Amino acid sequence: MSQTDKSTNTNWTLLFLCWLLVSVSATISIFFSSVLEYQPCVLCWYQRICLFPLILILAAGLFPAFDKSVIKYALPLSIAGGLTAFYHSLLYAGIIPEGIQACSKGVSCTEKYFELFGFVSIPMLSFFAFSILVTVLIILRRRTSK
Amino acid sequence: MKYALVGFTCLVLILGFVIASNYYKDSQAQKYGFLAADNAELFVRAHSQTLGSDDAKVYLVEFMDPACETCAAFAPFIQQIMAANPGKIKLVLRYAPFHEGADDFVKILEAAGMQGKYWETLELMFRTQNIWASHHDYQPQRLWEVLPGAGVDIERIKKDMHSPVIARIIEQDMADVKALNVQKTPGYFVNGKPLQTFGYRQLEQLIQSELNAQYPK
Repeated sequence: MSQTDKSTNTNWTLLFLCWLLVSVSATISIFFSSVLEYQPCVLCWYQRICLFPLILILAAGLFPAFDKSVIKYALPLSIAGGLTAFYHSLLYAGIIPEGIQACSKGVSCTEKYFELFGFVSIPMLSFFAFSILVTVLIILRRRTSK
Repeated sequence: MKYALVGFTCLVLILGFVIASNYYKDSQAQKYGFLAADNAELFVRAHSQTLGSDDAKVYLVEFMDPACETCAAFAPFIQQIMAANPGKIKLVLRYAPFHEGADDFVKILEAAGMQGKYWETLELMFRTQNIWASHHDYQPQRLWEVLPGAGVDIERIKKDMHSPVIARIIEQDMADVKALNVQKTPGYFVNGKPLQTFGYRQLEQLIQSELNAQYPK
């Protein structure tokens, strides 16, 4: 196997891992909302808007072979989702007071549903997922822009 | 190979989702079944309005809100099922006024109940719902215009609805809503078993399975 083949294979695997991360996150998100019936708040919806299309966008970049242009399309969504999740986490942790933002109707964005190990909240999980995603996509961009 | 990997992953995710949801629903059903035997008062309080024979062995507990459109849509359906199984089903109404302002209509309904016109008023409220609660746009003044149709004394209702007795009923029901994790109206429990997937057919099946269990042929 030549050097470029190997590199393309690694790129494909990295992108596949991104897709896996996004798909697992979306499945968990849907499980929370439709099985456990945790009502998604406004900020959760903004993050979902960024997350759900990535399943198809990243999958499109996997076939028939790794296509580097997928990074260009996936990065803005990932960054937007990550920023929203970051803001949401701060709000949830009480670092930003809830009064200044506009999600009063429906479910409060600081409603506590679930905390893994007692401190990992849903917004934090979302932030982790988007951060990993952005990191891997940036790595991929570096690898492919050489 | 690539296609297979992605396809297989999708399959695993979907399977995992289905298995986890079934596991969760079963554990919920067990939990509430247990609750039903242990804490029957969570489902039926002394103040609860009931319809049907006291000897009935199947208790259909409905968490509802007079301003809820789906509750109104289900009312005739439940009447039908009860009529088809005379003396076997007892309907228990509990309140879950989730929307802001919806508790006022519960108060009006309970105040009408004080005049012995509970079911007439509920029937009228459901029938005229589109006039006073179209898409959660609550217009209490419009309800006052149609309410005399139930044969109630409006002035007395206006006084009685602020009674602390009614406020306590709503408070207790909302506490039970929380304990039983009712998220939407109407929320049904048949002999303590929650309706797991919402729908006419599913509710009918749940009632039928309890009827078969309680009244073996």
